[in-house]
Amino acid sequence: MTAPNLGRRDDGEIIACPDGPFLVRGPVEILLPDGTPLPRTRRTVALCRCGLSTIKPYCDGTHKASGFRTT
Amino acid sequence: MRIPDARGPASAQLTALLADSGGTLEDRTALRPAVDAAIADAADVVRDDDLQLTLFLLYELAYGGVDGGDSLEWDPALLDARAVIERALETALRARVSVPPPPSPDAESVAAALFALTGEDAGPSLARYVAKKATEEQFRELLVLRSVYALKEADPQSWAIPRLHGRAKAALVEVLADEYGDGRPHRMHSAIFAGAMAGAGLDSRYGTYLDAVPALTLASVNVMSLFGLHRRLRGASVGLFAAYEMTSSLPNRQYGNGARRLGYGEDVTWYFDEHVEADAVHEQIAARDLAGGLVEAEPELLGDVLFGAAAGLTVDGWSGGDVHAAWTSGRSALRRALPAVAAAGP
Repeated sequence: MTAPNLGRRDDGEIIACPDGPFLVRGPVEILLPDGTPLPRTRRTVALCRCGLSTIKPYCDGTHKASGFRTT
Repeated sequence: MRIPDARGPASAQLTALLADSGGTLEDRTALRPAVDAAIADAADVVRDDDLQLTLFLLYELAYGGVDGGDSLEWDPALLDARAVIERALETALRARVSVPPPPSPDAESVAAALFALTGEDAGPSLARYVAKKATEEQFRELLVLRSVYALKEADPQSWAIPRLHGRAKAALVEVLADEYGDGRPHRMHSAIFAGAMAGAGLDSRYGTYLDAVPALTLASVNVMSLFGLHRRLRGASVGLFAAYEMTSSLPNRQYGNGARRLGYGEDVTWYFDEHVEADAVHEQIAARDLAGGLVEAEPELLGDVLFGAAAGLTVDGWSGGDVHAAWTSGRSALRRALPAVAAAGP
C-alpha cells in the first residue's frame, strides 16, 4: 500500500500553532518592508504571534508564560 | 574519553578492565556480580554514584568511546551487566515518576498534554537563580554540569531515527538537523557549547570534569541513552526529547542573562541565546509532529511518550533541586572543586 506522491512542487508552508507562533517552513522569503530579507539562521523559523517576544519577529516562547490563546 | 576515577566496587571493576584494554574474560564476567551487589546495596539507584558511573561508561562505549574500550562496545559480559543496571533504573523510574492521565491519541491533544505537563514546572528555578544571583564560580559549575549532555547534544536522541516513520521521523530529523548545525559544523550546538566552555576558561574535551559531576547529572544522560538505545522505549525517547525542548527557551534566556550579568561576552552567551530562538521552533515540532505524530501512528505508545516526558522532567527536577540547594547554602554543586582557571574571569 503506497500513498501517491504529493508535494513534488515545494511551495513552503506556514503553520498556525494553537496558542503559539507561526512556523514558517520551506522556501518562503521573509522580508522587511523595504524588501531586504530578514536575518535568518535556520531553515524553519517561528514568528511571534503574542507580541511579547524579546527577539521579535521570532518567537522566544514567552507566549507560554503569558497565557496567550489563539482561540 | 579518559577513564574517570571509580566511585565504588562496580565502577572499580569496570575502570580496571578498561585500563587493561578489556582485561581477561574473567575480569569482564566479574562485572556482573559486582553490579548485582551494588544494586542490592543501593538505597536509590538513580542517585547511586557507583551504578550511574558504571552505566554511563558502558553507554559511552557506544558514543565517543572510552580509553581502552574500543573492543568492548558489544562485549556480551559488559552488555549483560549493562542490562541489569538498565532494568533497575527503568523499574525505579516507572515506580517513582508520576505520569499525567492520557489524552486522546491525536497529535493536537498530545501536544496540549505535553505543553500542560511542561508548563507545570514547580520547584526552585535554577535558571532564575542563575539570571539574578549566581557567582562566576557557580556559572562555571553550571557549564561543567551541563557539559555531560551539551558536548554531545542530541546524540542520545539520534538513536531513535531508524525506529520512527513518516511524520514523526521527518520531525525528529528536522529538529536534529538544526541541533547539528544544518551542515555547518561550527553551528552545531555541541560546538557552540564547547566555545562557551572555552570562553569561561574551561576545558571542553569530553569527560575532563566527569569526576566532578554528581550521580544525578550522569543519571539524566543515562536515562536518555536508556530510552534511545532500546527500540521498545522509542515512545519514551520521543517524549523525553519533546519535554526537553519544551522546557528550554525560557530558562535559556535566563541563563544567557546570567552570563551577561557576570560580564561574559558573546562567545559564552551565544549557546544560551541560540536555544531561545531554536527551541521556540523545536518545541512546536517536537510536541505536535514528533510526539503527536508518533502517537497517531502508534497509539499504543501514548503511555510511554508521557512516561518519557515525565521521567526527563523528574530526573532533571531532582538534579536542578540539588544544585539549587547546594548553591543557596554556599556549597559547591560538584563532587570536587574545579581547578583554578588560568585566564580567570570574564
